[in-house]
Amino acid sequence: MGQIEWAMWANEQALAAGLILLTGGVVGVAGQFKDWQFAAYGVAAGVFICLLEYPRGKRKKGTSIERTGQRYLTVCVKAFGPLTRNYYVRAGLHAVLSVPGGFMLPTVLGCVCVAIASLIYLLAAIRGEQWEPIMPRVESKERPGQSMKEPPSNPPPRPPAELRRKRQEDAAYVNPIPISVNSV
Amino acid sequence: MGNWVVNHGLSALILVVWMGINIFIFVYFYLFYDLGPQFFYTRHLLGPALAWARAPAAVLNFNCLLILLPVCRNLLSFIRGSCACFRRSMRKQLDKNLSFHKLVAYMIGLMTAVHTIAHLLNLEWLNNSRQGDYDNLSTELSEIGDHSNETFLNPIRSPSMTPSYVAFTTIAGITGVIITLSLILIITSSMEVIRRSYYEVFWYTHHLFIIFFAGLVFHGAGRIVRSQTKDSMYEHNVTYCKDRPLDWGKIQECPMPQFAGGAPGTWMWVLGPMVLYVFERILRLYRSLQKVILRKTVIHPSNVLELQMQKKNFSMEVGQYVFLNCPSISQLEWHPFTMTSAPEEDFFSVHIRSMGDWTRDLISKVKWILKGEKGEFHAHGEIAVDGPFGTASEDVFDYEVSMLVGCGIGVTPFASILKSIWYKFKESNQKLRTKKIYFYWLCRETHAFEWFADLLHSLEGEMEERGMLNFLSYKLFLTGWDHSHAAHVMVHFDKDTDVVTGLKQKTHYGRPNWEKEFEDIRNAHPTSTVGVFLCGPQALGKTLESCCARYSDVDPRKARFYFNKENF
Repeated sequence: MGQIEWAMWANEQALAAGLILLTGGVVGVAGQFKDWQFAAYGVAAGVFICLLEYPRGKRKKGTSIERTGQRYLTVCVKAFGPLTRNYYVRAGLHAVLSVPGGFMLPTVLGCVCVAIASLIYLLAAIRGEQWEPIMPRVESKERPGQSMKEPPSNPPPRPPAELRRKRQEDAAYVNPIPISVNSV
Repeated sequence: MGNWVVNHGLSALILVVWMGINIFIFVYFYLFYDLGPQFFYTRHLLGPALAWARAPAAVLNFNCLLILLPVCRNLLSFIRGSCACFRRSMRKQLDKNLSFHKLVAYMIGLMTAVHTIAHLLNLEWLNNSRQGDYDNLSTELSEIGDHSNETFLNPIRSPSMTPSYVAFTTIAGITGVIITLSLILIITSSMEVIRRSYYEVFWYTHHLFIIFFAGLVFHGAGRIVRSQTKDSMYEHNVTYCKDRPLDWGKIQECPMPQFAGGAPGTWMWVLGPMVLYVFERILRLYRSLQKVILRKTVIHPSNVLELQMQKKNFSMEVGQYVFLNCPSISQLEWHPFTMTSAPEEDFFSVHIRSMGDWTRDLISKVKWILKGEKGEFHAHGEIAVDGPFGTASEDVFDYEVSMLVGCGIGVTPFASILKSIWYKFKESNQKLRTKKIYFYWLCRETHAFEWFADLLHSLEGEMEERGMLNFLSYKLFLTGWDHSHAAHVMVHFDKDTDVVTGLKQKTHYGRPNWEKEFEDIRNAHPTSTVGVFLCGPQALGKTLESCCARYSDVDPRKARFYFNKENF
């Protein structure tokens, strides 16, 4: 398991946890549960975690695949600099965010999932991983070679017309049985 | 249209049947709990959330039964082997097992969400009923069970409990939380990003399914879903008594209603597949302990390792794959590799590229041995093999003219196919109806596939000996060329063999013009049925499929192209 970047899994787990916390919060608020305040918190925290975790970080090795439309959020997350780059901060943040979810049943699952994501981020931080934004690649314009300025003015050299005509049966009649299998 | 039915018909049918069963189960159990008279009082406490919790539970039972079956690959091989009828379609179907496994997993995830949300509502409302927040009937119903000789309806027995407390002190609650957590971890580690790059995380985390199934079987043991007993319904007339909750036990028409919990039913659904899966793992273990003889190991250029092996009672067909395990590198990891040898040979071989931890370790280990340096690699017992699995691509032999298209790493099964075709041709095997093969090899660069170029080279040599150069014609397309390539080719234009591969047929640059290729083949074989086989990206598959449709003639005496969507 030497090459694992734990942050990739932590990211998936955190995004899922954010969604679960959000869903639990919605249930708690919509169902008008007692302690609905914790559910409202769950909604807010869930949304925040989803926004934070949506942009994938750049992998150290291999190609990084972006999530659809993550570019705008990447810019936002990048703007916080070391707060979002450092995974110790993220681990701590998730640990703190998960706590209020534990006070109410609908959000308890979200709480545990966020806590697990926090642990995996801690592991990633210990291994020295960091969040790097995936920036769009700048396409360099390909310039054609210097000698290619105009289309050719002469036709390409060809053998005389008689040799060009292929040996062929009359076009009106097509032999149904192949005479020979030509090497293509 | 015909092409679609042949290639997709059975898949579509199975999906429709599966979805139909799911919908039927959902609706049936929804109505059972929503209309059943024995649940009248239960529904009074819980409302529609009762049915919304029980219906997905039934669908979950069905899908948890199904999810273990597609991954019993030895069992599936056995079924495929003994499936004389349905031949081609049935066998293709069994290879879409992983897609089906994922689909069932998504359904399990979705139903778990619905089930959990409904139960969250249930627990909250049960708790509120117990605390007397609702009408008299609810309070009365919740209090049943406080005195002796009473059987409870509301599983929350004390007004001072909270839903969280109940969740974590009942069997259903604890098992529910644990198995949902396992499911979430399984799903997040199975996302494509994680699976493709960090297979070990995916594989080890996936074994949480053991906890999942164990918890699932005990989830209903608490018998927490209560309904009125038959005897009680006979004595206690619900329609009359529901408006008089305070008179229960005092008037003759309304004795205290009695309740009982539903027996756990999940074990009946999942026990069979669990047993089958245990057999499957035991069988894999047994097969892996069979001795594998390493006949020969070759390191090809660009770090490609070829292993030629022999195993007792091992019989393969073209295009199949095996799983390899090397205990000295990793006890638990099994990795799949397509076989590159033909069934006619007395050994089976795989070509392994360095793609991740395991393959890198294996290749470096073999290199050390071959150099005579440290490390031991006994000829026997170091590698374990499970398999072969996969569709036999026997359809290749059925067509008079075959078009084989291999892209990049997808060229690997064609090594097996081409070799087998050549052996069959030499032996004049009756099964081989092929008279002409067009092979298209598309890759960005040939580095990792020089061994395949060698294979083509040797086939070329043999065909030339027999004067059969026309049997196989192949074109190599290098899609990743640059100016230095072009310059090199221009200088060596007049040479007989190709500069890049050393083969007689020249390398083409860029992508093939499929229209022209199909046109040429149709002109060369105006009356034949041409089979088109692809091992490569889906986009190319669509292109080829549309070309097949366009260049096929309606008249069955003229040229027809059939696109075979094999799952290599």
